[in-house]
Amino acid sequence: MLNIEIDGKQLTVEPGTTIIDAADAAGIYIPRFCYHKKLSVAANCRMCLVQVEKAPKPMPACATPVTDGMKVMTRSETALKAQKAVMEFLLVNHPLDCPICDQGGECQLQDLAVGYGMGNSRYAEEKRVVLNKNIGPLISTDMTRCIHCTRCVRFGQEIAGIMEMGQIGRGEHSEITTFIESSIGSELSGNIIDLCPVGALTSKPFRYSARGWELTTRPSISPHDGLGANLAVETKNNRVFRVLPRDNEEINECWLSDKDRFAYEGLNSPERLQRPMVKRYGEWRECDWPEALEAVAGGLKRVRTENGDAQIGALASPHATVEELYLLQKLMHGIGSGNVDHRLRQSDFSADANLQGAPWLGMAIAELEKLDSVLVVGSTLRADHPLLAHRLRQAVKRGAQLNLINPVDDDLLCNVANKAIVAPDAMVQALDQVRRALAGSESSPESTVLSPEMPYGTQHSIALAIAASLRQGERKAVLLGNLAQHHPRYAELHALAQQVAELAGAKLGFLGEAANSVGACLAGAVPGNDGMNAGKMVEDPRRAYILLGVEAELDSYNPARILAALQSAQLVVALSPYKHHALDYAHVLLPVAPFSETSGTFVSTEGRAQSFSAAVKPLGETRPAWKVLRVLGNLMELPGFDYESSEQVRAEALHGDLSAKLNNQLKAPVAKPVGAAAGGLQRIGEVPMYHADSIVRRATALQKTAAAGMPAATMNGETLDRAGVAEGTDVIVRQGAGSVVLKAVRDDRLPNDCVRVPAGHPATAMLGGMLDEIVVGRAG
Amino acid sequence: MNKIKSFFSTFLLIELLKGMALTGRYMFARKITVQFPEERTPLSPRFRGLHAQRRYPNGEERCIACKLCEAACPALAITIESAQREDGTRRTTRYDIDLTKCIFCGYCEEACPVDAIVETRVFDYHGEKRGDLYYTKDMLLAVGDKHEAQIARDRAADAKYR
Repeated sequence: MLNIEIDGKQLTVEPGTTIIDAADAAGIYIPRFCYHKKLSVAANCRMCLVQVEKAPKPMPACATPVTDGMKVMTRSETALKAQKAVMEFLLVNHPLDCPICDQGGECQLQDLAVGYGMGNSRYAEEKRVVLNKNIGPLISTDMTRCIHCTRCVRFGQEIAGIMEMGQIGRGEHSEITTFIESSIGSELSGNIIDLCPVGALTSKPFRYSARGWELTTRPSISPHDGLGANLAVETKNNRVFRVLPRDNEEINECWLSDKDRFAYEGLNSPERLQRPMVKRYGEWRECDWPEALEAVAGGLKRVRTENGDAQIGALASPHATVEELYLLQKLMHGIGSGNVDHRLRQSDFSADANLQGAPWLGMAIAELEKLDSVLVVGSTLRADHPLLAHRLRQAVKRGAQLNLINPVDDDLLCNVANKAIVAPDAMVQALDQVRRALAGSESSPESTVLSPEMPYGTQHSIALAIAASLRQGERKAVLLGNLAQHHPRYAELHALAQQVAELAGAKLGFLGEAANSVGACLAGAVPGNDGMNAGKMVEDPRRAYILLGVEAELDSYNPARILAALQSAQLVVALSPYKHHALDYAHVLLPVAPFSETSGTFVSTEGRAQSFSAAVKPLGETRPAWKVLRVLGNLMELPGFDYESSEQVRAEALHGDLSAKLNNQLKAPVAKPVGAAAGGLQRIGEVPMYHADSIVRRATALQKTAAAGMPAATMNGETLDRAGVAEGTDVIVRQGAGSVVLKAVRDDRLPNDCVRVPAGHPATAMLGGMLDEIVVGRAG
Repeated sequence: MNKIKSFFSTFLLIELLKGMALTGRYMFARKITVQFPEERTPLSPRFRGLHAQRRYPNGEERCIACKLCEAACPALAITIESAQREDGTRRTTRYDIDLTKCIFCGYCEEACPVDAIVETRVFDYHGEKRGDLYYTKDMLLAVGDKHEAQIARDRAADAKYR
């Protein structure tokens, strides 16, 4: 430990600390622009110059490590003179357009100019002008305002993993630009808006709409991916204007994925349902709440008496809150039907009987960064879990080995030690190979019995290499991603992954698909006492369905089949914030509040229950879903529906020790003999990043990004040839009765006999199962 | 002694006569009454009356929706909503001043970086309903258009002191 003195304050700090860190810890503020606690030190803005005793010149506090007995003066005459001079230089080329700048009022340069700037400029010459760049629909640029702190450049290199911005030119001619006028495609790009200390990079959807000082900040939790990012929802006049991150080192640090940041536009969508609607004699009309609720209760009672309790099924979105899901299952159990499920995109439920708890990440989110070796099975990591992918990227940077068994080979922007890119069907074999390799002795893994024909060209060596990678290191994990969880042979994957994890001494984890995937299990939104799961409810259509926040054609494994089931039902009640395709099959539409308008709880993938309250009042006659379900319970004359607050519901739903209810282990993991792969083409139907839930689907700016583009039928060259279609032409893809014309795209990183056709998009909503057989033919 | 003095001055109506003399003097003095509204008193160029929104000579509205007037207003009388116009510029979609709240302090005018919101010499405006004194952007621009010549003269006269 070193003893130093800053502004007369005696401090004891660790060796290697910089002056600025020591000062921050002691609560002494040193002005800075380029320094950021999460980025490397560039020391190019020079704003943090301080006087150090016995040093001939002022030193940059961000780049000067402390030494024993160092005496630092941050506000001495020399230091202030240096800081003021730096500020004058920064302002030489900075335009005086604060009144039209969106950063005005929350600008670091503006704030520091008050303290260190002069009243008048001594610079009478012409100012420099830099042309603006169009870098996509999310970020707007005013590059003349740039002070070249290079925070955005370093963010790209160090956090996002892709250097999309860089500095070109020198001196007065230097400018920040994207490389060769391309737009920014990173899924974390929005963070450079927060990082930019001036108004050079600002939010495009928010542009010119409000000032920082007008907005009221309310804490909330992200309703999108399983991370549970902490949000600051900024509102004005009962409307959400923007979303910013709230620092939480254990979850999202100070970052936010673009999905979390820009999806708020969906909350103000014109598609919002504002009044209850009832379909009478084939005509939709708006009505008031009592009428709609009576219609629901009456309809449900009729189905109960005519067809029996078990003819009612409830399908819920895993993006709904714990309170909503708990009341839904309580309502269903009160009715006497165990048919509740939230796993609409899951297709294989055969492991259900063997589950011992709610599947979760298996560790804390921050632990991902400390892993030494990790095997990820079936995940479009960057799209599904942008910030978990960032944690893994940091781990890889530290020296961890990332192994993949995946049907797609998207760039993860970090080194992948070993990857087996195989058809979805062959993932099971590939994982089995790894299991066998691990089961064999360490000294002679080659002697292990590996199945003679490795599927789809995967070599034994990959399985051996993955096994070897999982053997080394202390902290290891096997993670199952969304594609594994949607897989038609999920139970086998789960069992194999558990065995692999056991053999390797690794933790088994699930990358939770949605904000409340874990919470839904804890709240009991899974089939109970002889109830049907989501797959069964679709296969064996029920007479009545209650849909909670579900857009059936986009949120389920097999849209064609679920639509058929819903269309044949006698009563479909849709609780949804939006008017959508439910108009085609539902009979009652109840407008319920999205996360910003209700209180609730999400349990993130690491098993952390985070409650939030409403940021704005419900739009129109929208009501929080937990209140709607409570009233429905009363109308159905069920006992125990007399809650006065969502806290009461939460206390009942999440009592006791939550961590005891999280368990990834199957009771009896049976390794079934691995069967041969099916013939024909197989669809790889991942859910695109910006089509994963109902809010983000309606976020206009996100929908303009390349990642949200029109789905295509992507195949490798060999498969294209075999299907007899040329790259770039229109092809017709068929699954069952549904078919759609898409553009054929070539991607040689895909395995043979696979067609990548994204699900969750309106253009592919008439197709069948996400990972089932598919037929490709020439269009026209 | 004082008692006697006051008795005689009261008895002889001396105070009355003194007063009448003063009145008589003013009957013949030069009149200073202003015949409002035909005649008006001179006003300072800094007079703070009814608000106006100004335009540039090419007809473009000056206001850039920086919202500094809204922030400066101590009576919270100004309401602004802004958005990007088709040509990409920053503009208000709503600019309302509630003149029943306004205290005519002139801070809005002082805060404005582009001299868009100004206070004119107009003080004899009225409304028959309370809502009539809720001035919208169009009304404010109309006031500005009507009095632009005077507004510009006043700004020019005061320019060297600002």
